[in-house]
This record gives sequence, C-alpha cells and structure tokens, in this order.
Amino acid sequence: MKPFNTFAGALLASAFFAGAALAQTELTMWYHGAGNDNEMKLVNEMLDEFNASQSDWKVVITAFPQGAYNDSVVAGALAGTLPDIIDIDGPILPNWAWAGYIQPLAIDETLIKDYLPGPKGVWDGKLYGIGMWDAAVSLVTRQSYLDELKLRTPTLDQPWTAEEFQGALDAAKNSGKFEYALDLGMAWTGEWYPYAFSPFLQSFGGDMVDRSTYKTAEGALNGDAALAFGNWWQGLFKNGYAQATQDPADRDGGFAAGKYAFSWNGNWAALGALAAFDDVLFLPAPDFGNGSKIGAASWQLSISATSKHPDGANAFINFALRPENLARFSKGLGLIPATAAAAEMTDNYKAGGPLAVFYDLSSRQGLLRPVTPGYPVMAKVFEKALADIANGADVAATLDAATDEINADIEKNGGYGH
Amino acid sequence: MATKFTVSNRTGWLMAGPAVLLIAGFVILPFFLAVAFSFTNQRLISPNPTEFVGLENYRQLLGVTTLTLEPVRDDAGAVVMKDGAPEYPSIRSLTRNNPDRPDLAGMREWFSFSSGGDSKTYVLARDVVFMKAIVNTFLFVLVVAPVQAGLALGLALLINQRLRGINVFRAIYFMPVVVSIVVVSLLWRLIYDGQSGLLNNLLGTLSFGLIPPVEWLGNPSTALGSIIAMSIWQAVGFHMVIWLSGLQTISPTLYEAAAIEGASKWQVFRFITWPGLRNTAVLILIVITMQAFGLFAQIDVMTNGGPLDSTQTIVFQAIERGYGKQDISGGSAISVILFVIVLSISLIQRWLTREKS
Repeated sequence: MKPFNTFAGALLASAFFAGAALAQTELTMWYHGAGNDNEMKLVNEMLDEFNASQSDWKVVITAFPQGAYNDSVVAGALAGTLPDIIDIDGPILPNWAWAGYIQPLAIDETLIKDYLPGPKGVWDGKLYGIGMWDAAVSLVTRQSYLDELKLRTPTLDQPWTAEEFQGALDAAKNSGKFEYALDLGMAWTGEWYPYAFSPFLQSFGGDMVDRSTYKTAEGALNGDAALAFGNWWQGLFKNGYAQATQDPADRDGGFAAGKYAFSWNGNWAALGALAAFDDVLFLPAPDFGNGSKIGAASWQLSISATSKHPDGANAFINFALRPENLARFSKGLGLIPATAAAAEMTDNYKAGGPLAVFYDLSSRQGLLRPVTPGYPVMAKVFEKALADIANGADVAATLDAATDEINADIEKNGGYGH
Repeated sequence: MATKFTVSNRTGWLMAGPAVLLIAGFVILPFFLAVAFSFTNQRLISPNPTEFVGLENYRQLLGVTTLTLEPVRDDAGAVVMKDGAPEYPSIRSLTRNNPDRPDLAGMREWFSFSSGGDSKTYVLARDVVFMKAIVNTFLFVLVVAPVQAGLALGLALLINQRLRGINVFRAIYFMPVVVSIVVVSLLWRLIYDGQSGLLNNLLGTLSFGLIPPVEWLGNPSTALGSIIAMSIWQAVGFHMVIWLSGLQTISPTLYEAAAIEGASKWQVFRFITWPGLRNTAVLILIVITMQAFGLFAQIDVMTNGGPLDSTQTIVFQAIERGYGKQDISGGSAISVILFVIVLSISLIQRWLTREKS
C-alpha cells in the first residue's frame, strides 16, 4: 500500500502543479447533483465566478448522483477523505454534526438576517449548514375544479379546516370525474414520506418525537392526536380517496391528465402544473387543529470537520449566499430563494409572480423535521409505519411499534447528545 | 509440517495469492468483524464509544413468547361478543406500561390461534418484522429450490438434443442470467404494474376482460409469489447449463445399450440419466438453496419489504438496519444468524445426499 500511496501522491501533486500556475489554494467540494445537467451548469457557473473573483482560493467540484451521495459522504468520513466543502440534505445535518463530520460555519450575519427559517442548519446552538433555497409543498388544484365542486377557495389566513378538506374530498369523489380525489405521491418512497406527510401528523397535534426533550416518541407518535391522524390516514385509502400503491408515471403526469382533483406536490413540480392548465391554484395545507404545516429545509452547504482551509470554505459559502446567487438557482431550477430580496430578483417569486405563494407558504407554514441526530432512523420508521397503515395495518399497533423502535434507537445512542 | 503441498508448490501459491488475499480481505475478515460487532452496540455513524453488550442484539431479534388470554366476560360471566367473535383484552394494554409483566414490554403480536375452548394463545415477538423476514425467506427457499431445479432440468433435457439451431434456444434460456438482476427487477416491476402492466394487459386480453387488473406487488397476498416467479425465471438458465454439463458427462454407450434392450423413455431417464446426474443434483440443490437465502436485490428494487412486511427477507433486513438505520451491530447479528441457518441447512443437505455404501 505504501509505495502505491506515494505514487498516487506524486501523480496528484504533479497534476496540481501543472494545473495551478496561479497561486490559488485548492478547495475541494462534493455535490449531490450529478446527472442533473441543468443544476450542475448553474453550480459550475457560480464556482467559476468565485474562482475568478479573488486570487486566494480555487474550488474544484466532484459531483455524485443523489442516490449515492449520502453513502459516499459517510464512506469518505470513515476513511478520512472528506473534501473541504460538502452539501447536506437539511434534516440529516444534525446527524452528521453530532458525528463530527462537519464544523460550524463563520457566516456574515447580515447575509442571513432575513433568511427563511428552513435553509438554516442549526445543531446545538451553532450554524453548521446554510442553504441557498428552500422547498415547499402545496395542495395543487384548479380554480375550475373548485367552482364546479362548489368549494371555498382557502387562503393562507384561512386554510381549509379538517371538515372542509373532508368535504372537498367527498365532493371530488362523488363527482365521479376523477380516478382518485387526492394524489399524495405514494409512488415517491423514501424521504418524501416524512417530508410531505409528517406535517399532517404535526397539524393533528402529534409528532415523530417529543420535541421538548427529544428523548422519547411516547405520546407524540402514539398518543391520541397521532391515533386520530393514523385513522384519518388509513381512511384516505380505505374509503377510496387515494391509492396506496401508485404508478410513478401517474405521479408525474396524473394531475395534468385530469386523473386527480387535488395533488400534494412540491414547488419543483409547479412549473409543470402551470404549463398544463391556466387556472392552477397552489393551496395551503389544511389545518387539522394545530395550524397548517408543511415541511421545510432542503440541501445546504457545509464545511467538513477535517478541512484544512475553513477560512477559504467560509469565503466560498459567503459568496454563494449573495442574493444574485440565490436568484440564480431559483431562476434556473424553480427553487424558493432563501431571502425576500433574492425573491424580488426572480420573475416567478417576486410579489405577484406565479410561484410567490410558495415563498409565503415556506415562511408562514414551514416546520423543520425533528432537529436531532436520530432523524435518519425516525424517517425510516415513520415511512414504514405510514406505508403499513395505508395498506391496512392496525393503526394503534403500528404506531406503538414505531414508537418503540424510535425509543430503542434513542436509548441505544445515549440520547443522541440532547 | 513441510509437506509437498506447502513447499514444492511455490508457483501454485503465487497464482492463488491474489485470490486468497482478496477473499481474506473482503470475505473472511468482514465475517469475523460481523461476529465481533454483533456482540457490541457498534453504529455506522456515532461519536459514542463502542460497548460490549453480550447477547443483547440476539435477544432483541429472536425474543419470542406466548401468552394465553381468556375472553372478556361481562358481570354475569358471559363471554362478550364483538363482530360475531369473542372479544379478548387488547395486547396493547398488556405490553405497554404494564408493571405486572415488565418482560412483555416492547413485544408485539406475531400471530394467534385458538387451542380449543374459549381461550386464545398469542405468540408475541420482540421483533415481528424479523420473524416475518425469516418466514418469508424460508417460504422463498422452499418454493424456489425444487421448482427452479426441476424446471432447469426440464430445459436441459429439451436442449440436450442434436437439432438445427439448438444453440439459439440455449442462448435464449440463458439470457436472463447475463442481465443484471437490478435491471431484470426494474423490468419486472413494470410488467407487474397494477394499472398498465404487461401481465395485467395480457391476462385481460386472453380472458376477454374477465380477469380484472391485479396489483401484483401492492397486494400482500400476491407480492411474494410474484417475486418468487420472477426469481425462478431469472436464474433458471444458469442451473440449466449446470444440468446440461452433467447430462453430457453420461456416456452415450449407456443410452445405446438401453436402446438395444428396448427401454422406454421413462426407464432411460429413471435408470440411466438420473443416476448419472446424482452429483450434479447435489451441487444444484445446495447452490440454489444458498442463493435463495441471499434474496435481496429483487426486494430492494421492487417492494422494499412491503406491503405489510409480506416480502421482508433476512438479507434485506440486515442491510436496512446496518445502513438504513445505521445500526451495524443489529445488521451484523442478522448476518450471523443467516450464516448459522445456511450452514446448518447445507450440512443437513450434505448428510441427506451422502453416498450410502
């Protein structure tokens, strides 16, 4: 192994000297967007501008496909080969911060003063990650459907109540015009379940874990509110409002094809819906008793704990947070800019823009998924519980089992540092 | 201990060296690590130190107990009926926050049965999902091993003929083996699709619309069967080739002698072909059994263990825990349990198929 390492080192060094006649110090960066040409083009544009804007640092990027990204970072951390800058999906940031993979950022406070709460990755009182955008989910429908079904148009200040939402589903189902009243996106397994559906549970008054202590899920995930949520969730499928198994093609094109009256979908799919119909509405989440809630937080930039140049990495992240960069990704990818100032620089999100509603949804209803290193396990447990309940499992027993599994995991990890 | 094997065979060791090193590094070492990890609380990601926990992981996975309950009676002593059946106290009230039975905490109902009379016996498991995974895996093996071996033998007999273009058939039967199992699984997910899948369309057309579309992978009663059928189809060609090699070692003179004796086709198979395939049969049975116990890729791509745990398998659970839930110790314990199961079954098979002198 030794001679090989020396050889590889020599190779690397020679490549380095050949490429860098300039006196810039190289910073390495890993990014999750391989395969998404549009996204990588924007990232590379930003890197080129940063590298040209100053003479101290040069950021070199390696992109991974999203599906393999987290595994690559964990493997890199175990092998001690993490780059200087990585990007992280918001909800798992506390896990990696707790594990010691990343270090707190040194960010110019004025840049993030007016930030949406979602893109800030905080653990243990320190800012470990910061996102250039947020994402939001809305109930997509058409004005003509609401008129035809004689439904009130809900607003941010007056969202549908649980009864009104039930009435809307009944009206859509009884009209016989749709295959299913509601498209929940059951075809998108994985993080979509906790991201999109745990806010329903939170609106009922339950949660994936008791957030006052983060030590137990007892009462939060299997209490009365959670049981009410579970019964409601099971009823959606048992009573034929939604399908438990969905064809991925229907998720992508079902609403545009008129198969569903309502679609629970994210802002990234909004442009497609706008292209399909000219009277699309993006409605706020229904209020099941404890306020309307939607998931917050998306991908964020962070600095690895092993980085030898945190000052350079921080300089890059400060550069990335400039409003014109936030606007760049919003314009190119339809993401929600993290500040109102950046939102004003985009056609879609400026006041009166077709997607401006998502900025308001994100700032008014956005709720972070549980901020704890135990989140990756909770997400898995929650996903399985919801899939099982949708398929007809006993609600109380399933939620009890999920609670026990989450509690056992918290205990096994010594409370995850809370 | 200087035997011929170790001394005068330096070239041999040199040639075997790379393979031995790789196997030691990627199979033997991880195996011992897995055994060691299974007695600790090792995590994939954690700043906490690893601690020795003894048999705790195994206790958590394999804990099973039974509980016999009497039906609920009203004040007059009559059995309370609910939906036409006697009502029993809920398991939840006994297993949660029950100071009388701390040993039941965290256990769940696996299944229940009545053993005559009014009382009902519940089997509770500490890890119901893992229990279901074990049952599903055994079901898979019990169906796949004989059916796949039998079909492969049939195919091998069919293509073991001197016909024009027989190689085309051999290639066609072997083709699914060459394609990656992940690709095959993706294709079959489309074939099994509940709304517009090929299988539903085919059945609908053939039955003139009498057979309604079935959610093959979305229905707990058909999901495992669908995966079994697809797995048999995918690997049958591989075992066909092994059978074929066995068939071609049988001396043609035996068949000629049988023809002269006027033996029927069945007699030829029974008394010449089958005895000649004995060793091949043992090999195929053991190989299929071991491969079937490793069922993972199909589950990961097609169902993720669902719906309602109807397709959970041992290996899928090991990976789901070790990586998905970052619990390396739990995943290791499952691997060790699988190792013990496969080893015992292979030994039993060896013993059952031994040469009886």
